[in-house]
Amino acid sequence: MAEALRKERLDRGIKVRTEGIYAIGHWQEILYLLLPRLLLIGGMLSLPLVLTVAPYWQRVICIVSVYALLSLAFDFLANFVGLVCLGGALFVGVGGYITALLNTALGLPPLLSLPLATVGGAIFCTLVLLPTLPLRGIYFAIVTLMYPLAFAKIIEAFDLFGGTDGMAGVAPLPNQWVEQYLIIALSLGALFGLRRLVNEDIGLVFRGIKDNDQAVRASGIDITTYKAVAVFLASLLGCFAGAYMAHLYMWAGLSLFALDFSIMPIAATVIGGGGTLVGPFVGSLILVPLSELLRAFGTLRIAFYALILTGFIVLKSEGIMVYAQRKYHQFERWVQV
Amino acid sequence: MELLIYGLINSMALALMALGFTLVYGISRLPNFAHGALYVITGFVVWSLLNELHLPYPASIPLALLGTALIGVLIYRLVLIRVRGLEMSEVIATYAIGLAILEALRWAGFKGMTYSLPVFVGGSVEILGVPVDMHRLLILGIGALVFLAIWAFTHFTRLGLALRGIAQDEWAAMMLGIDSDFTATVALAIGSALAGLAAVVLLPLGNIVVEAGYNVLIFAIAVCIVGGLGSWGGVVLAAFIIGFAQIISVKYIASHFHMVVAILAIILTLIFRPSGLFGRQKELEERV
Repeated sequence: MAEALRKERLDRGIKVRTEGIYAIGHWQEILYLLLPRLLLIGGMLSLPLVLTVAPYWQRVICIVSVYALLSLAFDFLANFVGLVCLGGALFVGVGGYITALLNTALGLPPLLSLPLATVGGAIFCTLVLLPTLPLRGIYFAIVTLMYPLAFAKIIEAFDLFGGTDGMAGVAPLPNQWVEQYLIIALSLGALFGLRRLVNEDIGLVFRGIKDNDQAVRASGIDITTYKAVAVFLASLLGCFAGAYMAHLYMWAGLSLFALDFSIMPIAATVIGGGGTLVGPFVGSLILVPLSELLRAFGTLRIAFYALILTGFIVLKSEGIMVYAQRKYHQFERWVQV
Repeated sequence: MELLIYGLINSMALALMALGFTLVYGISRLPNFAHGALYVITGFVVWSLLNELHLPYPASIPLALLGTALIGVLIYRLVLIRVRGLEMSEVIATYAIGLAILEALRWAGFKGMTYSLPVFVGGSVEILGVPVDMHRLLILGIGALVFLAIWAFTHFTRLGLALRGIAQDEWAAMMLGIDSDFTATVALAIGSALAGLAAVVLLPLGNIVVEAGYNVLIFAIAVCIVGGLGSWGGVVLAAFIIGFAQIISVKYIASHFHMVVAILAIILTLIFRPSGLFGRQKELEERV
């Protein structure tokens, strides 16, 4: 008979009590903590330089960062505030249309219209989502899924802003280095900014709302205000991504409200590992290039990543980064029962 | 008069589309977002059986419905059973399955305007001065029959009563020996077959296109939300409200409003009365 074994997991000594707090006593331990972070930051910052040999893939890096921003927004709302927003395309569309309007109608330069569209779009998105904030669970998911569709159909029906043709002639960003590093720096900034934020006091309230909104309410905290703040933060990221897309493609149209912008971030979050914030980032780093590689298969690639998504949800719902973090931070060994 | 007749037919069509979705949600609390994909795939299966295998029309329809029911069973047995109770995972998983089916169909070459099913009965009659296809009239009849059948099934057969038991109180039903997984499988099979039935009945009126999958899903959700998720009576009334609203807005405003009406109905209902016009208010479940 085989010996009964079980797997024992031990935290590394550097970890103190809880996630994210470490006792550092040696430069090696600093290195141990910094290594994965520097790997990501350094990797992202050097990619545009490495890829000068393949200009097409430089464009892909921009798209990766756009989706990283959207996935971060989704993960933040879903796993830290408890609002599962299936309508990431709303943010993209609103941001894209506002920047295109500012740029083509008022003639503002991109570096002015981008931030204006980001903030203005975020305010707009927060306002239109405000009445839906009391909804929970599946009801909120369905209503947010419908929002981008509603905007797209209304624009189509009333022939607003160029109707189905969209608005062409949006000015591009000054040069390709600004174009690439702007979005990379912002996505990295958003990643580490959000990680800091969720551990601050306000992040504690957010997580309280996710776990038990009634308890938070009973403590005299107005949860709708906090949800609105969270939605505002998420839509800042989403609207920037959308506005950036408009400048990248020099065009804003109905496809900015397309389902891709809602589904891909969800897939990236599920695959990367929800609730880690870095997971969605890694997820988009995997999914977007993958979908570029599969471009030859036409629409079959959507079927592919829909199946990957289903597979991850059913079989490995923790995602890659949760798994990787466990492997990195813990010793594992087999011990006799 | 024209408005009345076509509104009636449109409403029945909507009710047929929504019936499968609401049945699955009502019985097992499973949102089947693959509903639209099942609708479309049934259409293409019937078309293939007819035109590739040259089976007679009356034989290919039951075969296709059986196939769709089987897909529903597989969706539950392979995927949903593992994520049951995790609402978001259910939504995302079923939606992803639907997406995979639709896009695989599109890739397989089922696109364009070349696919259509023959009507059951040709010709048209004139009712009070309005010409109506026989097939459209048939939709009314079949719709009424289906609702009657579902009502009889859930009230007079053991299996139907078991389904209703699970829908009313899952825990009590389980204590009486009704297996929740079994009823959910049956519910998905019936729900999928109903999606297929809607397709078979409605598709002869137009072309089979992949995009219909997304639209049908939205119509089904709209009807279910307005009627109250899981409320069966509400579905019929909601189908009539949305159906007439669509016909009226299409006639007096523009044809794009077909969709706008449905989507706005979902958003407004959820904001003002999430349990639907006829559902019971379940305060803490749906909003804070």
